[in-house]
Amino acid sequence: MQNGTGSLLIFLILTDLLLLGSSRLRNAIRIGAAQGVALGLLPWLAHGQLTGSALLLGAGSAALKGVVFPALLHRALREIHVRREIEPLIGYIPSLLIGTGVLAAAFAFGARLPLPWESPSPLLVPAGLFTLWTGVFLIMARRKAITQVLGYIVLENGIFALGMVVVEAMPLLVELGVLLDVFVAVFVMGILVFHINREFDHIDSDQLTALKEGAP
Amino acid sequence: MTWALIFLPLLAAGMAMGIRSDRLRRALLVATAAIHFALTAVCWIRPPACAPDAWLGFDAAGRLFLGIASLLFWAVAVYAAHRLGAESRGRQAEEDTGSIFVNAPEAVHTACLLVFLATMTLVAASRHLGVLWVAVEATTLATAPLIYFHRQPRSLEATWKYLLVCSVGIALALLGNFLLVVASAAPDGTGGTLVVRELVARGASLRAPWLKAAFVFLLVGYGTKMGLAPMHTWLPDAHSEAPSPVSALLSGALLNCAFLGILRAHSICGAAGLGGFSGSLLAGFGLLSMGIAAAFLVNQADYKRLLAYSSVEHMGLLSLGAGLGGVALYGALLHAVNHSLVKAALFMVAGNLLAAYRTKQAARTRGALRLLPVSGALWLAGLLAITGTPPFGTFASEFTMLRAAFAPGREWMAVAALLALAVAFAGMARTFLGMALGPVPDGFEPAGRRERPAACGPALALLAASLWLGLWIPNGLNDLLGHAARLLGGGAP
Repeated sequence: MQNGTGSLLIFLILTDLLLLGSSRLRNAIRIGAAQGVALGLLPWLAHGQLTGSALLLGAGSAALKGVVFPALLHRALREIHVRREIEPLIGYIPSLLIGTGVLAAAFAFGARLPLPWESPSPLLVPAGLFTLWTGVFLIMARRKAITQVLGYIVLENGIFALGMVVVEAMPLLVELGVLLDVFVAVFVMGILVFHINREFDHIDSDQLTALKEGAP
Repeated sequence: MTWALIFLPLLAAGMAMGIRSDRLRRALLVATAAIHFALTAVCWIRPPACAPDAWLGFDAAGRLFLGIASLLFWAVAVYAAHRLGAESRGRQAEEDTGSIFVNAPEAVHTACLLVFLATMTLVAASRHLGVLWVAVEATTLATAPLIYFHRQPRSLEATWKYLLVCSVGIALALLGNFLLVVASAAPDGTGGTLVVRELVARGASLRAPWLKAAFVFLLVGYGTKMGLAPMHTWLPDAHSEAPSPVSALLSGALLNCAFLGILRAHSICGAAGLGGFSGSLLAGFGLLSMGIAAAFLVNQADYKRLLAYSSVEHMGLLSLGAGLGGVALYGALLHAVNHSLVKAALFMVAGNLLAAYRTKQAARTRGALRLLPVSGALWLAGLLAITGTPPFGTFASEFTMLRAAFAPGREWMAVAALLALAVAFAGMARTFLGMALGPVPDGFEPAGRRERPAACGPALALLAASLWLGLWIPNGLNDLLGHAARLLGGGAP
């Protein structure tokens, strides 16, 4: 199972890099969905056995992040007729360069981190941290509100991966509560994207600047 | 009992979605709030028993914060029912920006208010940090549609900012929870827990470096929600753009919920012998918040933003009190009660002013005492209360905290806090007095304007309660505050 977990985590890192360099919204949403499905396998692979809670958690997470969220985002994209490019505030090449640096830092940090017990894979902490950072970066460095929603989902993926270190101690009920919250959060964000599009005729969140200190 | 408190508002929310008559729905809102408060009162008088390892149940701290949220919600529900009735149905114009907008459907708004009450109850009842996280995130989701009640660009912008900043912040708190599990697990990775009571009982056997990291993440995560600088950026926007009853609830009840999360984490650190570390972080963030808020309070043109920055300042004061520990924690809890009462009252009065003047610009709001005698008087009384002037309760709680701060080696904190309070007093007094005094601007009819009891009554009642707390703290409340302070690792006078 060590191999399977390792391959999965490498897939996670690769999808993060793809997200940083991807210029098409539609592709980015698909990559995010693939990431979500892959993460659904992680509770099973990381712990070597198929317990009921791992199955429920994995299936719920994969269904949500692999099917429901992408469907929601694709629908939003269809309805609001935006330009299909992502329009970054920081270009794709610089994004990838910064990302590579952060990835190296995540590996250095993961190697130094004295986990009290054997983690399911030495890649788990670096991959989780890098995914988390990718999510935050997408929220900050991309212009469209819809990309920010995607960034939030990726951020949540990273935290989900890091949570695998402690999966036995987190009660299933709480994990499901977390999933429910994430679902409602993305749902509400999706509704707001529609409204932003209707009010402003675009979904560029960097134009939402009326509420600055000192604005009239 | 605990379940009844959580499910009653949820049930009412479901009913609110199905009721067609506006009057009936508003009556349901007020009635649910009243029943919830009655149940809370029963909970105070006769605390329900709960197993030590139960996930849900009200300990002293939970009962205190439940009491604040429930009382405030009742007062705001009465006021909100009146405001919803007074708001016009069709298109309205925002005079400050010239935009035309309509309101969100009232049924959804009422349902969200009730769900908000249920989630706040869940926060107060959580004795498991995982459940607490789920509940705090749920408060964010329930309040986001509330802020976007007036469907116009500015409130949409505020809602987006609120949702994104708080969701990302709270995600970091989830990471803090994971780190806490690592800190508490046995060397083979089993036996980690998030039950607050058990974490406190394990105390010094927790892994210190992991606990420290967990506290930092929890502080930043919940601190975002509480409005501690520099993570407070969402707060002035959300508070100024939300309808006034919602602003009152956000400032008075929601910020406290996040504070409770931080206090729980702080108590675990205290039990593990890291109280000095977490306390100095809390004090640092507290002083920073007070300083930044004081700077923005001076010459603030928008009076709802002014109140919002005042909330940042008071949250900083709460954080400082919790960080100082000992009797100051008792003072912080008392201040949480007082601040909630006063700030909610002020936001409700601000709502009355906004309805009459149709502007949030302080410069164009003049002569409130003449135009709206009751609201104008309450506005001035609120100024005295929020700046901690005796005999209001805020004076007693600020005095308790600052006296504890004047201990050898940390006098500078007390001096810095006093300086920030003085700047805030000057800045707020100037704006408030300018709005209350002077002649009424042209085009407004001063005479013959009767103010409704439902518009002023709730604010009057909350201010009177704060005044009462300044003169005499009832024994029951004093005991509860003492219990809660000791439970959270502080002391009582």
